[in-house]
Amino acid sequence: MSEGKKVYDKGIVVAGLIIFIVIFMFPFWYNLGKAAPVPEPVLTEKAKAAKECVESKTYMKAEHMQILDDWRTSVVRDENRVYVSSKDKEFDMSLSNTCLDCHSNKADFCDKCHNYASVDPYCWDCHIDKPKENK
Amino acid sequence: MENSRRTFLKIAGISALGLSTKPVYDAFAVSGEHGEKRETAVVPQKGALTAKRWAMVIDTTKFESAKDLEPIIEACHKIHNVPVFENKRHEIKWIWEEEFGHAFPDLENEHINDRIKSLPFLVLCNHCEDAPCVRACPTQATFKQEDGIVAMDFHRCIGCRFCMAACPYGSRSFNFRDPRPFIKETNKKFPTRMRGVVEKCNFCSELLAEGKQPACVEASNGALVFGDLEDPESEVRKLLKSNYTIRRKSALGTGPAIYYIV
Repeated sequence: MSEGKKVYDKGIVVAGLIIFIVIFMFPFWYNLGKAAPVPEPVLTEKAKAAKECVESKTYMKAEHMQILDDWRTSVVRDENRVYVSSKDKEFDMSLSNTCLDCHSNKADFCDKCHNYASVDPYCWDCHIDKPKENK
Repeated sequence: MENSRRTFLKIAGISALGLSTKPVYDAFAVSGEHGEKRETAVVPQKGALTAKRWAMVIDTTKFESAKDLEPIIEACHKIHNVPVFENKRHEIKWIWEEEFGHAFPDLENEHINDRIKSLPFLVLCNHCEDAPCVRACPTQATFKQEDGIVAMDFHRCIGCRFCMAACPYGSRSFNFRDPRPFIKETNKKFPTRMRGVVEKCNFCSELLAEGKQPACVEASNGALVFGDLEDPESEVRKLLKSNYTIRRKSALGTGPAIYYIV
């Protein structure tokens, strides 16, 4: 169409754009292929033998924090200490005495994923992490 | 040309918007997936001790010296992971000994008999009927259970210490330091506390749930009796009926649940 619509200093503009894109995408290229592998929690012999946790594995993976929160409210505020699972099994609602009874390997079971996901739950400030070890 | 640039920008804008909705949509889809959360189903614990209003009678005639109180204090502090601090200002105590004049300032006089004057009294949280600490707590970390026990939810305690100012019995202690290194022998079944929370006697509600008597009562050889104040047949009520008892600072109207036979 009209002759006046031409890009001035085409070389500089294009070179500038390329440099901009390269710098802008640098973090993506730099970290390409370096993603840390998703850690797999290690089960103890006791946990393996039990086959299933309080609830199904997928449910526990997604909702364990919610379960623990509900347990806390139930035990501390409402004085109810026995949990009935969806399979009608009864559990004592206790982080140290029930959860860590099977999962006595806190470093390999809890911390691994928590570190990966960069979450820092403060449960262990008070709750004792290895109930069975020094007995 | 003018026109086509405009259309180009429009299309580019809409496409950018379209692309950005995908991750947002995914995020919502994921949270929806776990939405079918089940209600926490609970059943009452079998064999748990229950009452309408827990109370304790301390028979001080069965004590002679501080030596008699030591094993009782030891039993409590051991199972509850109570730390021992050299510095008195950091001291944590759930149950401890006090002289008569300090425990019962309104009943003291200078000519009180020798036995009472020299006798150490066992004092602990009174689990008051109308507890001032419960009123003072701004986060409801301290609350009254249905069975009369004044309980603490350490998760909610912000360490403001209003409850310590409100308690007329000095039954509450503040963790100025991390208590863990100062616990002699850790009871693995009971949690510790962390720096910055207040703590006190819990009437051993964790033992009551297992159907056991409080640790201090177990260790007292019958000098401490625990039971339901609302039940006329309970041992506590029988003792109260047959003995003259006093309570700490009852004129304040807090309604302490610890009774002393003197």
